[in-house]
Amino acid sequence: MAKVLIFIEHAHGKLPKTSLVAISAGLEVAKRNGLDTAAVVFGKGIDGIAAAAAAHGVGKVVAIDDAKLEHYVADVYAKTLAGVVKQMGSTWVVGAATAIGKDFFPRVAQLLDAGMASEITAFNDDGTIVRPTYAGNVLSTVTITTPTKVVTVRGTAFEPAPKSAAAAVEKAALPADVAGRMRFVSFNETKSDRPALTDATIVVSGGRGLKSGENFTTVLEPLVDALGAAMGASRAAVDAGFVPNDLQVGQTGKVVAPQLYVAVGISGAIQHLAGMKDSKVIVAINKDGDAPIFNVSDYGLVADLFKAVPEMADEVKKLKAH
Amino acid sequence: MKILVPIKRVPDPQTNIAVKPDGSGIVTDNVKFVINPFCEIALEEALRIKEQQGGADVVLVSIGPKVTQEQLRTGLAMGADRAILIVAEEDLDPATAAAVLKKVVEAESPDLVLAGKQSIDDDANQVGQILASSLDWPQATFASKVEFSADKKEVTVTREVDGGLEQVAFALPGIITTDLRLNEPRYASLPGIMKARKKELKETPLAEYGVAGGAKVSTNKMASPPKRSGGRKVETVQELVQLLHTEAKLI
Repeated sequence: MAKVLIFIEHAHGKLPKTSLVAISAGLEVAKRNGLDTAAVVFGKGIDGIAAAAAAHGVGKVVAIDDAKLEHYVADVYAKTLAGVVKQMGSTWVVGAATAIGKDFFPRVAQLLDAGMASEITAFNDDGTIVRPTYAGNVLSTVTITTPTKVVTVRGTAFEPAPKSAAAAVEKAALPADVAGRMRFVSFNETKSDRPALTDATIVVSGGRGLKSGENFTTVLEPLVDALGAAMGASRAAVDAGFVPNDLQVGQTGKVVAPQLYVAVGISGAIQHLAGMKDSKVIVAINKDGDAPIFNVSDYGLVADLFKAVPEMADEVKKLKAH
Repeated sequence: MKILVPIKRVPDPQTNIAVKPDGSGIVTDNVKFVINPFCEIALEEALRIKEQQGGADVVLVSIGPKVTQEQLRTGLAMGADRAILIVAEEDLDPATAAAVLKKVVEAESPDLVLAGKQSIDDDANQVGQILASSLDWPQATFASKVEFSADKKEVTVTREVDGGLEQVAFALPGIITTDLRLNEPRYASLPGIMKARKKELKETPLAEYGVAGGAKVSTNKMASPPKRSGGRKVETVQELVQLLHTEAKLI
């Protein structure tokens, strides 16, 4: 019976990077504690995903394929996962700190009477766990005191588990008594051909300095695309309606740690830094030389973004043309 | 309609947080404390529902030290009807806070609990969900819009999720946690501040809630993250691109 259960999210028939990060974290906690692992996949028509999840190092995959799990809803998913945990006698439940993980894992913890540590970034040798608090300005070391432990992991904190030999996939039935009162109504997904923010090696984010949604398209996007990057935004830009909410990088938006983060027209508020300060290299372009973003940038350019950004897009294209 | 709004007293989000040298907590000298921004948004939403529906009982509850009265008075000044302060000197972990709130829900029987999605100190993002599960109530977290059915018995909530906006619906009672863009909270007016002085603010010690068992998650210590150095400036776009190519080797 698998002691470390890893919840695998999937979308459009694919495993997002966050699911592979959850697997890594699960494998690490299993190794530290001498336990075995299983990945858990829910949904409808999930044979392909279950097979994919089985090929990243877990001991086995438990797949529950049921019409009731077709659309994610917190209460049904929580009861189902808690049911699997109880059946398997698992002591660790691991998931990625995505919108879905954050939404239902605390319910899972409650059903199991277990402590939960949210959005963790590391496991310590002494069994304690590290997680960011105060918008990442404090690293708190915590102990989950209950025998069963639930964690969600920050997507930037562990390397995605590499491919390996496939483990077995077990089909399981939906546990009894998982009904809930929530009704899924609709999902308005933002469509984009660009890499997902949390998956990309380069992120270019725009702030209030862009002044309009149209400027995001005409001024920022050429640079985003010249770099093959994902596009992000500050809270101010989303609040102003320049871009949709799912582009927000920050304490309560997406946390990213790409190789290169370019902050354009972003002042660098504490809450924005919380979402990107672990990026390997930070570039800032802002006409205000005193903007706090320059305190954390590796390369800062004090300039009018409406001139500098198109210029940079051209320079990048020239470089790539060689 | 009765709406319960849990609020938390937290350091002002603009504070430059420092960790005490012994790692036992954060430095609180000269730190301003406020209502957690997400809790404030929850209260604002409750007040708007009250206005739109021509009346509702908006009840605040907070677990914290006695000085949390300040935040509750502010909430009353904004327009809440009454407040409950559960006096506790220590920080509670999310599971314990939710267990206490469950007792408040059982005593008050609200139709709706409107809470902030997370507190900006602990950033745990758990209390609303744990509370909902313990009551076997539906939840809608990260709400950016709340709409009621004509008979006011059902809500449809738009949620900010990773890929865009999702909508879920449920019949009350249930729990909604708020995200940034749900609304912009009002300032307390002077008449509001005057009226707040006469509104009920009941204090009860935590022990009276008889929540058994210790914390399910305890904090051992706090530390500052490694400081990121920065500040290097370049003069031109050409220099920037060159450095990214040759020095950082990223393009």
